[in-house]
Amino acid sequence: MIYLDNAGTTKLDEKVLEAMTPYLLEEYGNASSLHSMGQKAREALEKAREQVAKCINAKPREVYFTSGGSEGDSQAIISACRLGERKGKKHIISSKIEHHAVLHTLEKLEKEGFEVTYLDVYDNGIVKVEDLKNAIREDTALVTIMFANNEIGTIQPVEEIGKICRERGILFHSDAVQAVGHIPVDVEKMNIDMLSIAGHKFHGPKGVGVLYARSNVLLTALIEGGAQERGKRGGTENVAGAIGLAEALNMATIEMEEINKKQLVLRDRLISELSKIPHSILNGDREKRLANNVNMCFEGIEGESLLLLLDDEGICASSGSACTSGSLDPSHVLLAIGRPHEVAHGSLRLTLSKYTTEEEIDKTIQIVPKVVEYLRKMSPVWDQLEKGVRKHVI
Amino acid sequence: MLYSEKVMDHFRNPRNVGEIEDASGVGEVGNAKCGDIMRMYIKVENGIITDCKFMTFGCGSAIATSSMATELVKGKPVEEAVKITNQAVVEALGGLPAHKLHCSVLAEEAVKAAVKDYYDKNGIAYDQEEYASHTHEIVKDRHEK
Ligand SMILES: Cc1ncc(COP(=O)(O)O)c(C=O)c1O
Ligand code: FES
Repeated sequence: MIYLDNAGTTKLDEKVLEAMTPYLLEEYGNASSLHSMGQKAREALEKAREQVAKCINAKPREVYFTSGGSEGDSQAIISACRLGERKGKKHIISSKIEHHAVLHTLEKLEKEGFEVTYLDVYDNGIVKVEDLKNAIREDTALVTIMFANNEIGTIQPVEEIGKICRERGILFHSDAVQAVGHIPVDVEKMNIDMLSIAGHKFHGPKGVGVLYARSNVLLTALIEGGAQERGKRGGTENVAGAIGLAEALNMATIEMEEINKKQLVLRDRLISELSKIPHSILNGDREKRLANNVNMCFEGIEGESLLLLLDDEGICASSGSACTSGSLDPSHVLLAIGRPHEVAHGSLRLTLSKYTTEEEIDKTIQIVPKVVEYLRKMSPVWDQLEKGVRKHVI
Repeated sequence: MLYSEKVMDHFRNPRNVGEIEDASGVGEVGNAKCGDIMRMYIKVENGIITDCKFMTFGCGSAIATSSMATELVKGKPVEEAVKITNQAVVEALGGLPAHKLHCSVLAEEAVKAAVKDYYDKNGIAYDQEEYASHTHEIVKDRHEK
């Protein structure tokens, strides 16, 4: 199989598994236990915390282990709102292209009476700092804007956003699930108050994440229980998971430059070759995007059938089509960058990893155009486009 | 697997894809916004559907149900073919995931639309009510859900 769904999740690095295994088989004690096995687990957990802190330039006590990106997003946003509420601040600024973990949390808060401004991302998929400045109000409690988008890979001007938020004394959270381990993230330099991370996006294990919260930010616990994670997240610690995440992040940080260099070449080849397909378009900014992300729309076809056929050809990919979304609407991200519904339907996301080879990309470049052409041949929409009954949009 | 082997077979090797140049009736149903558009061609000779072809823009389920619907109507008298329900198409495919059932409705509607076109072209009377396209409402329904 050619696995090109690395924004969905990644393969566990074998070295990560090696680092985790002793804490599953030998030192499996509960990190809260007093005995020596428990204490060994505790030591390893705290070492993992230090490692993570170092990778994002935080202090260890600002690193909270969670179950993944969704939990971090939820907890960060809810915590900021509880803090804001106390001072009568009930306004939040976010963007139109956030992950559902953020959007659904915001929807819940809206029902509670919070007001949310969703910044536009224009056709390149990037917010404008001017818009942010204009959206800030006296009662703004939080700005939550993702670091890099999971669908179209666009990178937001986080450093500028952080600077503005700091100057105005507003808490800034960033969903960095797609960014951490892929591009440099420095919470100090970038003035980030809260940051969500998920281990499985950089060859770490699934079901473990990190919420970074600056020491002056009082977190609200979402899960009640023991005093784990400084009382902010009840539940026996996932020691092996935390170690895996830390090991994976450490490796990703060391290898980052080299991996990105290699991925850029492959990504750019994919983009330029697939752009040769008539009536196709790249989604998201051409330059300010992750080195592993390709997202394109092909007019006249639908994404689910495209994915199924690619799967038959041995390629694992993803799409923002309505038919794959489980709802009736295509990806909110593609709609936000101005793709009409029927164009968003024909979207294909290919995301690379450090394991992606040149041969795999060559093969993908061979297969995708064939499958697109095949589906267009049986598409009444394409037929209408060809006959001029319907107008090409791209 | 999302789909059964039978559905995948019809998806991978759709029967009767294409156009019929001198079709007796053509029906197109769906809504680009929802993703699925189905176009059905029928050739009628002596009241029998002798040929049926389709073109579909949609998911795996939409393509498979179109394919199965063409198989079911081929060789049938028009009045019989038009009675084919989406349940019949789904059953013939050995079932569909619940969230994909709506795609099969289009197959039923497409057959109906093609027959209606054939009736219209040949001045054959039919019950207007029965042939009124429900697609629009179905689509609307789905949006409201
Ligand atoms: C940008 C972004 N945020 C949040 C999440 C949720 O992470 P998790 O699945 O680990 O909860 C993901 C991954 O699916 C993501 O890509
Ligand atoms: S055509 Fe969209 S879900 Fe079937």
